[in-house]
Amino acid sequence: MLDIAIKTKLGDFPLSVVFQAPKGLTAVFGRSGVGKTSLINAVAGLVTPDEGRIAVDDRVLFDSATKTNTPTQKRRAGYVFQDARLFPHMTVIQNLRYGGTHDETRVIDMLGLDALLDRRPATLSGGERQRTALARALMSDPQILLMDEPLAALDAPRKAEIMPYIERLRDEVKIPIIYVTHDVSEVARLATTLVVLDAGKVVLNGPVEQVLSDPAAVPLVGVRDAGAVIMTKVAGRMLDDNLTELAFSGGRLVLPGQFGALGQRVRVRIPAQDVIISREKPEGLSALNILRVTVSGIEQGQGPGVAVGLTAGNERILARITRRSARLLGLEVGQEVYAILKATAVGPQDVGG
Amino acid sequence: MTELFDPTQWAAIRLSLWVSCVATIFALPVATWVAYLLARKSFPGRQLLNGLVHLPLVLPPVVTGYLLLVLMGRQGWIGGPLYDVFGITLAFRWTGAALAAAIMAFPLMVRAIRLAIEAVDPGLEDAARTLGASRTRVFGTITLPMILPGLLAGAILGFAKALGEFGATITFVAAIPGQTQTIPSAIYGLLQVPGEEPAVVGLVVVSIIFAMGALLLSEWFARRMAKRVAG
Repeated sequence: MLDIAIKTKLGDFPLSVVFQAPKGLTAVFGRSGVGKTSLINAVAGLVTPDEGRIAVDDRVLFDSATKTNTPTQKRRAGYVFQDARLFPHMTVIQNLRYGGTHDETRVIDMLGLDALLDRRPATLSGGERQRTALARALMSDPQILLMDEPLAALDAPRKAEIMPYIERLRDEVKIPIIYVTHDVSEVARLATTLVVLDAGKVVLNGPVEQVLSDPAAVPLVGVRDAGAVIMTKVAGRMLDDNLTELAFSGGRLVLPGQFGALGQRVRVRIPAQDVIISREKPEGLSALNILRVTVSGIEQGQGPGVAVGLTAGNERILARITRRSARLLGLEVGQEVYAILKATAVGPQDVGG
Repeated sequence: MTELFDPTQWAAIRLSLWVSCVATIFALPVATWVAYLLARKSFPGRQLLNGLVHLPLVLPPVVTGYLLLVLMGRQGWIGGPLYDVFGITLAFRWTGAALAAAIMAFPLMVRAIRLAIEAVDPGLEDAARTLGASRTRVFGTITLPMILPGLLAGAILGFAKALGEFGATITFVAAIPGQTQTIPSAIYGLLQVPGEEPAVVGLVVVSIIFAMGALLLSEWFARRMAKRVAG
């Protein structure tokens, strides 16, 4: 568990952040320049906050009250930088062993680096570099893993290639992972906990399903990127139509493509933009997914749209519709309606393990 | 070759090489440290240090030699206590020639090494520290290997400068044959004597060979560094 409560100055505006990151992957989300990187640099000891306290479990790394400031090299904070920062004059295996050889065989296997060990960083692809950087951090036996937009410099295919490695890491490694990003699809696929920063403060904080399905998150995440994440299980396949059927407490979803084994847990991001609300059960509609849901919240945005929170079984989803539609439908909290989702609105980037 | 130079001229060649080697070896670690300070640290007096380091490059060498005499001579502010306490004399000795050469070569070495250090991404050093490496280990395993070509280029440039040093050397330690007479002061001395042209030409050729060799080596290292920085 990472425990952080710090105040510092970031250029002209103050950064004041308090949150806890449990085991699992905590995504720190926010627009560029809100202080995400400063935050993890403070955890790593690369910058010193003006005041506050940083502790991992019961080990205090920084405390302005007791003048504790553990130097970077003694913090045991593994750090994966956006630009990998592999040492150019060393081979991959020399890079990996620089900080130690903790769990070497398993880490190399987990990140699929066997074939690359004798290569030089200059000859690696962007994805291979990040996997090497990740393995290097893990082999130093850290108590916490910090990742600063590790996928931001990669193109979409490279991102897709490295995501499963990070999912595996999240599920197998027993330390807290702090993952800085400004990309909602990464949050939706990877995060277990989400911390949203805005104007130098934590504005939302909690389990990712809860935060992303909060209508208040829509303006912070961006109206086009907003969308709830729900946990489902693979319930069946429609091979002829190349579709996969998922079950969750609120019903069933049919999505394009074949993924996961039967019974496997799958998380799905449902883009708020693509959810349609109907008062009556629609007939003769091409959309494959029609869920019976209850309106749990309505949040007015600044523009012409509103964010509607919907409960489906134990899961919550979000719909973004116009204010005019909400008025014409007479939507109010507690009302039972139907949520309609085109299967093709959910792409492979929205489905994760 | 043997009949081309007389023993005192051979002594001048040997002394020049020896003095330049000693000057380079002693100046290199100090120059690396100063270059690191100037490249990476901000501290009060940074500009003053920078100016001081470059002073020998812009001052007339005779002035540098005179200042050395005043400071490091047996009655000098530093030279006096040095003689009284340790019995070390610099003025009019080969050690003084080495000191003069080192001081004249110093700015060139610092400049070359500083460029090399500035080319190393400080982010790599941060990354090494997050992996548990102490500052000393970071310098030894990351910074030093990456600046090595620049360091060697600086050393060679400094060595060449030390070989050619004349003004400060002759002012501080004179040109005593066999003791403080280096190649440049030997050439100057021979030019005052009629009929010594063959010896002068010989020493000039030796100087050109040393200088060209040093320059080519330095270029070679500089190219290697550029390649390394480019990845």
